[in-house]
Amino acid sequence: MSTEPLLRARNLVKEFTVHGGGLLGRSAKFRAVDDVSLDVRSGETLALVGESGSGKSTTARLIARLIDTTSGSVEFAGREVHALTGKALHAYRGEVQVVFQDPYSSLNPKHTVERIVTAPLVYQKRPVPGGARAFTRELMERVGLDPDHSARFPAQFSGGQAQRIGIARALAVSPKLIIADEAVSALDVSVQAQVINLLRRLQDEEGFSYLFIAHDLAVVRQIATRVAVMNEGRIVETGDRDQVFGAPRDPYTRKLLAAVPRIRPEWDAARRRNEAARRKRQEA
Amino acid sequence: MTSTSDERPLLRVRGLTVGFPTAAGTVDVVKSLDFDLARGGALGIVGESGSGKSMTSLAIMGLLPKGAKRTGSIEFDGTELSELREREMQAVRGDRIAMVFQDPLSSLNPYYTVGTQISEAYLSHRTGVTRRQARKVAIEAMERVHIRNAPRRVDHYPHQFSGGMRQRVMIAMTLSMEPDLIIADEPTTALDVTVQAQILDLLAEIRRDTGAGLILITHDLAVVSEVADHLIVMREGDLVEQGAAERIFCDPQEDYTRMLLDAVPRIDDEIGLLRTAAVETGTAEEDR
Amino acid sequence: MIRFLVNRLLGMAVVLFLVCVFTYVIFFVLSPDPAVQICGKNCTPEAIDRIRANLGLDQPFWSQFWTFLTGLFAGRTYGTGANLIDCAAPCLGYSFQSSQPVTEMILQRLPVSATVAIGAAVLWLLAGVSAGLVSAVREGRFTDRFITGLTLTGMSIPNYVLGLSLQFLLVVTLGWLPFPHAVAFGDDPVQWFANFLMPWIVLSIGAAAVYTRLTRANVIETLQENYVRTARAKGLRPGLVWRRHALRPALTPIVTIFGMDFAGLLGGALITETVFGLNGVGKLAADSITKNDQPVIMGVTLLAAFLVVVGNMIVDLLYTTIDPRVRVGSAT
Repeated sequence: MSTEPLLRARNLVKEFTVHGGGLLGRSAKFRAVDDVSLDVRSGETLALVGESGSGKSTTARLIARLIDTTSGSVEFAGREVHALTGKALHAYRGEVQVVFQDPYSSLNPKHTVERIVTAPLVYQKRPVPGGARAFTRELMERVGLDPDHSARFPAQFSGGQAQRIGIARALAVSPKLIIADEAVSALDVSVQAQVINLLRRLQDEEGFSYLFIAHDLAVVRQIATRVAVMNEGRIVETGDRDQVFGAPRDPYTRKLLAAVPRIRPEWDAARRRNEAARRKRQEA
Repeated sequence: MTSTSDERPLLRVRGLTVGFPTAAGTVDVVKSLDFDLARGGALGIVGESGSGKSMTSLAIMGLLPKGAKRTGSIEFDGTELSELREREMQAVRGDRIAMVFQDPLSSLNPYYTVGTQISEAYLSHRTGVTRRQARKVAIEAMERVHIRNAPRRVDHYPHQFSGGMRQRVMIAMTLSMEPDLIIADEPTTALDVTVQAQILDLLAEIRRDTGAGLILITHDLAVVSEVADHLIVMREGDLVEQGAAERIFCDPQEDYTRMLLDAVPRIDDEIGLLRTAAVETGTAEEDR
Repeated sequence: MIRFLVNRLLGMAVVLFLVCVFTYVIFFVLSPDPAVQICGKNCTPEAIDRIRANLGLDQPFWSQFWTFLTGLFAGRTYGTGANLIDCAAPCLGYSFQSSQPVTEMILQRLPVSATVAIGAAVLWLLAGVSAGLVSAVREGRFTDRFITGLTLTGMSIPNYVLGLSLQFLLVVTLGWLPFPHAVAFGDDPVQWFANFLMPWIVLSIGAAAVYTRLTRANVIETLQENYVRTARAKGLRPGLVWRRHALRPALTPIVTIFGMDFAGLLGGALITETVFGLNGVGKLAADSITKNDQPVIMGVTLLAAFLVVVGNMIVDLLYTTIDPRVRVGSAT
């Protein structure tokens, strides 16, 4: 792993103003992100976990420059993201892509898959390699969709398939960083597993990084290289995945891990034994 | 609580079918379901979206959406619910069978204090009860679900509570009547993981203290493994597999159950690739 | 709560002040010189100057505005010497055409307008909400479709068309009702009712149609709410589920809209009163526009603005008592 991180966020702060109403209403400041620093290295998956209201999604938005910071810096490949303008900002928008939680609301319902998937290239004013049709077909194959469905609309796909379209759209511009904001949270468990596998396979093939925002620790365990735990706007612990899950240092991380519902390990073990026995019987 | 402690199950469902008429004929979302719930037992109904698990609970409560057609037999404590008139079913609902829903915020009426909403069932099921008595019952119910400062909080509105506390209010609502059966439909899905753990503990505590039966409807196998002693796996309205929870988790008989169990991400260990039905071929065959 | 009240009152004062400024600017600066109008046809430049000086029109704008503003609260005088005209507070201006203070003119006609407006409001509220409820209960059936069809007609008929047709039908052809003229309630309640019935109907029909649709949509939507399902799951009687859990949330937004609509009634009254020849504020405005009696037009405009602002204020206050989410902040 290279020494210089791809993305370096330092002392990020985001305050929202809560209006008191009326002329004399006192407006209070709410600090959603409070002094957050994190690195995403090239080719790794940094998972940002926390409960609702922890500030993890706001952090993701700051990094994607979907909203402005109150203070702090975000450096991407050595350049300050929140100082970018014009062409350089345009280029950044191509290098960082976001996959959102609800695929249906983040895909234009009136556009075909082909139009959705090629849109980032159009915005970037880049040529579509090999023509829109062939390009879309190839992308659809890569995310496990039937390439013959490129003229369909989002509503004609299931939730998992629609999320694959969102992923294909992110891939279209060959980004260096994909921010997955609760990208598998709304999916059924069997579909969720498929999409997690897909995300991992794509990273193996392309070598980009993920900033993986999630509340589900079990999901994070399956995909993260490193984990940052957020609580009430602050990062309470950052570390390699096995350290955070195996030997959590912060009391909040420990509380979070202890709360995750578990299938008893002895049941899983028994199932694996029974499974092996069944397979043996079938072979015999 | 009724005192009949015979061997008959608390709930006996046979051939339960729920259909919706459409232009292309009736579509069954629950197909000929058979299951029992023992007295004081905890039954988990597991399935992905579209499996019909929520429709099953609404069918038992007699709260199916307009147009839905229910057939089959639902025998609750010796009474055939499907033969009851709406009036008689109202007497059962809330009093003997109570329900906890998924999203506590939208399931509570924003215009009334939680005390009003908790005591409502008590006032309408018991005759000759004064408002003061009902209020006392509400405070007691809130104390049983460990809401601190209950005598003061009873006059607060739902929006003044946090998500977890709202779900406690929902559970308090069911407790005011001491029901024989509590149906909890995804009671922790909208909650944070630490709050989820507390609510699951609370449900276990209530079962222990009151001996009420519990039906837990969820998509989360890990949650159900911690609560239920008996399990039903549903898929697209069909009952795929049922049995003791331990048996299903240790030795699932059906491919679909196995696939579901494989797909659950484990917090304790990492499986190289999550084993799924179709990912390797990349054809993404999912049900919705 | 007190803080909220003070906040709202201050906000209201600011809005009213701005309304005064804008109205004043529009009427006294952008419109033709009132002195020319007062002076009449045979007018000399000297006479105009005299009138201007007499009325204070030669003063700079802010000075004139200040006189106007203080006149609102403390009264003022027009002219000098023998021609001195007293205009008591709240002085909205003086109509030189009718030789009468505007406030007096409006006050004389207000009872009629208020009767028309309040009666119409009560009528449309009752008719609209109850038709909406019936429609919601019978959703998708004949009654619902019939009511929905009626509302469409109600919304698309212009006031004056309905007013004239009703008059032709009920007064001229059938002779069931008298030709409307203002009768005091104390003199003859029956006649009072008979005379005002048609204006009420005409003025309320459009709003009643809108309220029917609104009520229907709100009730149907509320019945889908999860908390209605919860109420049913508690085993409450359907009547109670309806009354307590469906109606109150469904009807709350109607309070908001009612407040605003009621304040805006004056506009509707203009046409209705003209059609029926009722001598109310609406008719006064219409007449003044025809005669180009600027002080009166401005006075009526200010009154209308005042009613809208106060109406909104009342709605805000009502809302705080109706909706606990506004009344008590979240304390989680």
